[in-house]
Amino acid sequence: MNKFVEKNKLAIALLSLPIWLALYLSLDGLTHALVYSLLSLPPDTHLTNAIYFFIFEVPKVLLLLTLIVFIIGIIRTYFSPEKTRAALEGKPLFIGNIMASMLGIVTPFCSCSAIPLFLGFVEAGIPLGVTFSFLIAAPMINEVAIVLLFGLFGWETALLYVSTGLIIAISAGWVIGRLKLERYVEEWVYKIKTDHTGMQEEHLSAGDRIDRGVDALRDVVGKVWVYIMIGIAVGAGVHGYVPENFMAGIMGKTAWWSVPLSVLIGIPMYSNAAGIIPIVQALLGKGAALGTALAFMMAVIGLSLPEMIILKKVLKIQLIAAFAGIVGIGIMLVGYIFNFIY
Amino acid sequence: MNIKVLGPGCMNCKTLEARTVEALAALNMTATVEKIVEYADIATYGIMKTPGLVLDGKIVVQGHVPTVEKIMEILKSSTVTAI
Repeated sequence: MNKFVEKNKLAIALLSLPIWLALYLSLDGLTHALVYSLLSLPPDTHLTNAIYFFIFEVPKVLLLLTLIVFIIGIIRTYFSPEKTRAALEGKPLFIGNIMASMLGIVTPFCSCSAIPLFLGFVEAGIPLGVTFSFLIAAPMINEVAIVLLFGLFGWETALLYVSTGLIIAISAGWVIGRLKLERYVEEWVYKIKTDHTGMQEEHLSAGDRIDRGVDALRDVVGKVWVYIMIGIAVGAGVHGYVPENFMAGIMGKTAWWSVPLSVLIGIPMYSNAAGIIPIVQALLGKGAALGTALAFMMAVIGLSLPEMIILKKVLKIQLIAAFAGIVGIGIMLVGYIFNFIY
Repeated sequence: MNIKVLGPGCMNCKTLEARTVEALAALNMTATVEKIVEYADIATYGIMKTPGLVLDGKIVVQGHVPTVEKIMEILKSSTVTAI
C-alpha cells in the first residue's frame, strides 16, 4: 500500500462517506436515464420491468453492503470472543441468554470458529444454554442479511428480522439450558486443559481498525457479490414475468402447512443470506405470505447441515437434534405469528 | 523457531500457512511450521477464533489472516527479542 494512503487512511475513509451518499441518492435517476433514455427500452413490458429491477437493485444492494460491512467490520474490532466470554462469565441464566444473543450479533464469528469458541465458553464455565444463545444468534443475525432486508424490503422488515432472531436465540438457548442437556456434550470437551500463558492482548490503532474494515469488505463482499447478482437476476425475472399471486397457493396464508414445510426444507439447506434473500423477495412479491417467507429465510440461514456436521465433533446427536428441533419450532412459531398479524 | 498454524482446514488457515511459509522464505529464515488441525489440540492453546499463529509457544495472531508483510514484521520482531 503506498505511503499516501497509509498516512491518510482515516481521512480517506471519512471522505468516502459523502461520495457513497451521493451515489446512493442518484441511483434512481441514473437507472431511469439508463433504461429509458440510453437504452430506450419500451416502458412497462415484462423485459423492461425485469431489467429496471436488476439495474436498480444490484448497485443499491452492493452499495449498502459495502457501507455496512465496513462499519460493522470496524465495530467488531472492539469486540472479541475473549471479551464476550469475560462479559458472560457468572451471569445469571436469563440475563446470560439475552447478553449472549446480543453479543452474538457483534462478536466476530465465522463458522469454522464455532468449535474453538464453544470450547472456550465451556471452559470458562459459561452455561450450555447461554452458549447456545450465542451460537444461534451469531450466524442468523448477520450484517449481510440485515443489509439485504433493509435494501430490498425496508427498515421495518430488517428490524423485525433482528428482533425475532434475538427472541428465538434467547428463548431457544434458555430452553436448552433448562433441559439440562450437558450430558450430551462429548466428554473430552470437559477435559481440556488450556494453557493461557500464551495469550496476549491485541492493541489496535485506528489505522489497524480501518484495515480490518477493509479486510471484512474483501472477505464478505468479495465472496458474496456473485450470489447477490444471481439472486437479484432471478428476482428480476420473477418480478417481471411471474404473474401476481402465483405463489399465493403454495406459500400463501391459507396454506397452513406451508410454514412447517418451509422450515423443514430450510433447515438442512445451506446458503448465505445474499443468495436467498433476493429470491425470497421475488416470492413475496408474488403472493407468498410474510411469515412463511421469513421462516424459510431464518431456517436456511440459521441452521444448516454443514454446521451440524461440524458440531458433531463436540456434541452428541441428541443435543444436535434438540438444538435443531427447538430452534426450528421457534422459527415456525415466528412464521405463524407473522402470517396471523399480516 | 517453532511455528504452529492452528486451524481445522478452512480457507483462512490454509492461507495463513501459505503466507507464513512465504514470509519465512522472504526473510531467509528457517523454522519448523507445524499445522494443528484437531480441535482438541487447538483448544489447548486457548484461542477462540481460528486461524491462529503460534511462535515458540506465544500466540501472535488469532482470528484473522495478516498480509505476508505483516507476518514478516511479526517474525522479525520475535527473533529480536529472542536475542
